[in-house]
Amino acid sequence: MTINLAIVIPFIMAAIIPFIYRRFPKIHIGWIVLLVPITLFVMLLRLVPSVAKGDTYSHTYNWIPSLDINFTTYLDGLSMIFGLLITGVGSLVILYSIFYLSAKESLQHFYCYLLLFMGAMLGVVFSDNLMVLYAFWELTSVSSFLLIAFWHHRKASRAGAQKAMLITVTGGVSMLVGFIMLHMMTGSYSVHEIIHNVSQYTDHQLFIPAMVLILFGAFTKSAQFPFHIWLPDAMEAPTPVSAYLHSATMVKAGIYLVARLTPVFGGDAVWFWLVTAVGLITLFWGSFNAVKQTDLKALLAFSTVSQLGLIMSLFGMGSVAFKLGYSDSTIIYTQATFAALFHLVNHSTFKGALFMMVGIVDHELGTRDVRRLGGLMSLMPLTFTVAVIGSLSMAGMPPFNGFLSKEMFFAAAVHMRDLDIFSLSSVGVLFPVVAWIASIFTFVYCMIIIFQAFFGKPYEHSDGRSIHEAPIGMLISPLILCVFVVGIFVFPNVLGQYILKPAMTSIYPGFAPADVLAPKIYAWHGINTELLMTIGVVIVGLLLYRKLKTWKPVYRLFPYRFSFNELFKSLLEGLESGSNKMTAGYMTGSLRSYVLYIYVFFIIAVGGFFFMSGGFAYSSANDAPVEIYELMLIIVMLLAGVSMLFVKSRLTAILLNGVIGFGVSIFFVIFRAPDLALTQLVVESVTTVLFLLCFYFLPEWKREDSSKSVKISNAVVAGAVGALVVVMSFAVMYYDEFDSISAYFENAYELAGGANIVNTILGDFRGFDTMLEVVVLFIAGLGVYTLIKLKVRKGDTDVED
Amino acid sequence: METLMILLIGVLIAVATYLILSKNLIRVILGTAVLSHAVHLLILTIAGVKKGNVPLLKEADAPYTDALPQALILTAIVISFAVTAFVLVLAYRTYQSNGIDDLDGLRGPENE
Repeated sequence: MTINLAIVIPFIMAAIIPFIYRRFPKIHIGWIVLLVPITLFVMLLRLVPSVAKGDTYSHTYNWIPSLDINFTTYLDGLSMIFGLLITGVGSLVILYSIFYLSAKESLQHFYCYLLLFMGAMLGVVFSDNLMVLYAFWELTSVSSFLLIAFWHHRKASRAGAQKAMLITVTGGVSMLVGFIMLHMMTGSYSVHEIIHNVSQYTDHQLFIPAMVLILFGAFTKSAQFPFHIWLPDAMEAPTPVSAYLHSATMVKAGIYLVARLTPVFGGDAVWFWLVTAVGLITLFWGSFNAVKQTDLKALLAFSTVSQLGLIMSLFGMGSVAFKLGYSDSTIIYTQATFAALFHLVNHSTFKGALFMMVGIVDHELGTRDVRRLGGLMSLMPLTFTVAVIGSLSMAGMPPFNGFLSKEMFFAAAVHMRDLDIFSLSSVGVLFPVVAWIASIFTFVYCMIIIFQAFFGKPYEHSDGRSIHEAPIGMLISPLILCVFVVGIFVFPNVLGQYILKPAMTSIYPGFAPADVLAPKIYAWHGINTELLMTIGVVIVGLLLYRKLKTWKPVYRLFPYRFSFNELFKSLLEGLESGSNKMTAGYMTGSLRSYVLYIYVFFIIAVGGFFFMSGGFAYSSANDAPVEIYELMLIIVMLLAGVSMLFVKSRLTAILLNGVIGFGVSIFFVIFRAPDLALTQLVVESVTTVLFLLCFYFLPEWKREDSSKSVKISNAVVAGAVGALVVVMSFAVMYYDEFDSISAYFENAYELAGGANIVNTILGDFRGFDTMLEVVVLFIAGLGVYTLIKLKVRKGDTDVED
Repeated sequence: METLMILLIGVLIAVATYLILSKNLIRVILGTAVLSHAVHLLILTIAGVKKGNVPLLKEADAPYTDALPQALILTAIVISFAVTAFVLVLAYRTYQSNGIDDLDGLRGPENE
């Protein structure tokens, strides 16, 4: 119940924020918004002890039960971690943004989008129903789009927002298809029911496709290689947004999904290889590219990509435990997942702090280019502290939390060598190698942050203004995060036992006792491979950093035009021009073409099917006898119709149309339809007058100057349409399998109290239809009136076109 | 009777189609008018003609002619009248604004 509320509260606030903003223009609206995440954070925190004991909270609102879609919330250890991150980091980011954004910005929009995002993100992690999860998932993409494009007057912002949107939504749609496949297999949208039953479906033919499609969604959202290209561009967003969405929460939605579905797909070779390999490639590629960035924020973006890859690969490694089954010797492999969860939390703390640090530098100096920065250590000591703590933690140095999780990551990678499933015996040795190399690059870019921005020649404003420390309000949030960075290192087991352990039991439900899944974390565990690897990272990293200038040309080996960015761009442009060309190919703007499409389709599809199915039939046995005056009438109408094609004067054509119309009304009389005849007479008279009126304003028609071939093709199409109507009508006449339903209406007097059957149908049986018909008439009347009255104003001529 | 009617309707529909495919605005509108005449007749004819009495309960005895197609056509007549009136005025406005009644000349700026 409270969890449902937790999702709804941000949305409600998002809706009323603009009103509050208008009501109290004096107060910075952020202070009011800040109450939301703090309240939710405290609310969740109070549930931590009971969740740590293994309790789960679930609540269902029936939404569309017929489609098996219900608003079911579920709080367990895994969603608790994410819930705490979303609300906790959310509080800090909003506090930070109060000082970061000046009151001149359109704050009501900013906080409205931010709250939308917060609600959507909470919805993603607390939803048990996959369809509801998907809806919230797309909502996070939309709010991310709005936030990236917050400074929408800048072209780069719009481009970045569009790119992020296109990539994540493409993945989202594929994920939707995957979810539907899961539902087709298991008959359920509930994650927990699926986890419960999935063992029966692992051989299902949709199992692998569903997995791949869902992973595609997760990879695009979590900026995994090669879909990582949107994340650096998304850095055009205001820094609080980058810190919140694009490092701590939204990009972790994909990781959440992988973690959540590990019990479903874990143990499968495809799952293991996709998640692990993509994760490791992303880890390497992100860290490798981060080194060459000169914009601090872009550097952090690539480092985020890389760290996300690290977490992703750990979840992949942890999934082998499902294949191996539970025993004392295999429990070691679940530790990869434990490390993943641990690093997830750690990454949010140090990366959040680093983003806020860059925001401060940008805010105070107006640049974040490392080539121009320098010597900030003495000018901004507190900011410098944040940078050092954050960077060293990211580099995996003690005494910061990044060290612990990085060691565990190395341990997990090393253990992969010993496995002989999934053909790991041959390539397993690559795992620690890739992990180690990527960590070296991580170390190098962390050094770049510290040394190039804070040491060396002091930065000077071009106009000689003095540089000073940021206002204390901006420093509170990063400093709190730094306290966590250090605090988690000192007391890792508080986090481990209360937060990570319940999450482990929700990823490995019923797999092993909870205490075995979540061991105690120690900073010092003797001299082992992991520690040696870390020492190696430091030595090689320092060397590489010293020699940065000599090996940096290596990056020129990757020309820009072969990059994924360029591929994406040309793909998008190609798609756009291609579809433009295609549309221009058939949308000629000429009415004749469009009508021709309809007729030709009618001839081919309907006529073709008609003849292929042998539907032709004819019988004149039931025909009514023909009187001589009827025959004469038919001949008159035929002549009138045919000569319409050849008359020189349009006046004649109108009169011929009138002849046909009045002929029709005589037929109505003959065919026992007096109401029709009366209506037709009136309508035909008015129509003819209307035609004549209009002709007064229009020019005399010229001979059709179309080419012969056009005329011939028109004639062929017209003839074919007429012939098709004739043969089909014959077939319909011949077919008498069904009785007429009109007998029902012959009870008109009892049912509707009218003796005229036609009138009772219109006025009573189908009264609503007639009412809507009157509406059509009314709208047409309005249209006629407006078109006649509408005057082209001066200066409006362009718009008219 | 029905056979003859259907043949007449076929010719009328062919004429209407040909008119609709032409370039002149007024021809197109005339085409739609003829088309609606033809369709009205078609609906009535397909239900079978001259098989019963006028569908007025107090005035005539059973069997009655099928009343349902008549109700359909009554609706159709009114709607086609509304549409014809609207299209006619549209044609008038188009000519007033653009000075031509040739559909090839009315294809929008990017197609000319």
